[in-house]
Amino acid sequence: MARILLEIVTPERLLVSEEVDIVTAPGVAGEFGVMAGHAPMVAGIKIGPLHYRVGDKEEWIALGGGFCEVTGKKVSFLVETAERAYEIDVERALRAKERAEKRLQEAQAKGDRMAEARARAALQRALTRIALAERVKSGHPR
Amino acid sequence: MPNLRDIRRKIEAIKKIGQITRAMNMVAAAKLRGAQMRLEQFRPYGEKFREVIQELVASGAVLPSQFPLMQEREVKTVGLVLVTADRGLCGAFNTNLIKEAEKFQAERSAQGQKVKFICVGKKGFQYFRTRAEILEGYPDVMGRVLMQDARSIARRTMRAFLEEEIDEAWVIYGYFINVVRQIPKREKLLPISVEQEGGAEEKAFKGAPIYEPSPEELFDQILPMYINTRIYAAMLETAVSEQAARMTAMDNANRACGDMVRDLTLLFNKTRQASITKELMDIVGGAEALKG
Repeated sequence: MARILLEIVTPERLLVSEEVDIVTAPGVAGEFGVMAGHAPMVAGIKIGPLHYRVGDKEEWIALGGGFCEVTGKKVSFLVETAERAYEIDVERALRAKERAEKRLQEAQAKGDRMAEARARAALQRALTRIALAERVKSGHPR
Repeated sequence: MPNLRDIRRKIEAIKKIGQITRAMNMVAAAKLRGAQMRLEQFRPYGEKFREVIQELVASGAVLPSQFPLMQEREVKTVGLVLVTADRGLCGAFNTNLIKEAEKFQAERSAQGQKVKFICVGKKGFQYFRTRAEILEGYPDVMGRVLMQDARSIARRTMRAFLEEEIDEAWVIYGYFINVVRQIPKREKLLPISVEQEGGAEEKAFKGAPIYEPSPEELFDQILPMYINTRIYAAMLETAVSEQAARMTAMDNANRACGDMVRDLTLLFNKTRQASITKELMDIVGGAEALKG
C-alpha cells in the first residue's frame, strides 16, 4: 500500500519523520484521517491525540494546537507541543491538571475571559496527556 | 622601583583571571553549539508559518483587512520589543542593541510618535527601566529560551496592539551573521504585513487546497501563533549571538591576559636583576670601605 510521509514539527524539534499508512488527527472542525493520495489541504489542529499506523505498528502522540498541511506526498503537522504517549510524564500531567483546574476556577470567579481561555487550554493539554498515557499503560499496542 | 612582591602578586592575579576567561570562552563555545542547533531545528517551523500565511493571502482566500492583527492605523505610539541578553561580559553586544533601540526611539520621536518598551532580557530592561516607558519587562528569560516565555511575551504585545495601547510593534534583536559578527536588527511585528511576490500564479497552478475550517477561522488561529514564532525566533537568534559575542570577547580577554603576563614577567625579571645588582654593589662597596 502506498504510504505518506508524516512529519510532526514543534519549535523545539522534529518529532516524527516517517512513512506511514494512515494518520488520524484532531482537527478544529473535527477529527480527520489522512492517507496517501489525499487532496492538498490546510487544517487547523486543536489540542488532542494524534494516531498513526505503519503496518502493525501504532503510535499515539499528544498534540498541542497548530495546523497541518497536506501536499501530494507529505503531511506536516506544525504544533506548539507534541510528545509520544510513552514519553509522557503522568505525574507532571496530573499536577498540571490540578493547577489548570484551580486557575480555571479563579479566572471564572474573577470573570477574566482571557485567563479562563488559557486555563481551559492548559487543562485540555493535561487531560490529553493523561488519557494517552493511560491508554498506553493499559497495554494498547503502540 | 616597583616592588618585587607586588609584581608577583599581580602576575598571579592575572593568571587566575586568564583561567576564568578561558573557562568562560569554552562554556560559551559549548552553549553556542547548543543554541545554534536549536535555531537550526526551529527554522523550518518558523518558515512554514510564513509560507502558509503568504499562501492564504496570495490566494485571495482571506482579506487582511478583516483581521485585527493585520489592520494598519495611524501610528501614535510604537511598541518596541527589545531583546537583549541577561548577562554581560560579552563585549559590546548589549550596548549595540541598546544603542539601536535608542536610535529607533529618536527616529520615532522626530516623527512625533511615542515609543513604549517591552524588554526581553535583563540588560535592556535594566537600562530602559529608568529612561523610558516600559510596558512590560521580562528579565531572566534568556538563559533558557523557552517557547512558553515567547508565548507570554507575544500575548502581551498582541494585547497592547489590540487594545490600541500601541499602534505598531517592532522587534530589535541580535542577528547572528557568523561567530565574529552579530548585528542588531529591527523588524516589524504588528500589524502583520505580507509581501506578495508572484505567489498567485504558482497557486493557480497547484490548485487551491482544502481549508478546514474556513480560511478565515484558520487564519484567526494561525496569526497569533505566527507572532509567537517571530518572538521565539528573535530570542533564539539573540541567544546564539550572545554566546558568540561572549566567546569572542573572552578569547580577546584571554589573549590580553597572556600579553600582560608576558610584560609583567619581563618587568619582574628586570626588577629582580636590578635588585641583585644593587645588593652586590652594596656588598662590594661595604668591603671596599672596610679595606680602605
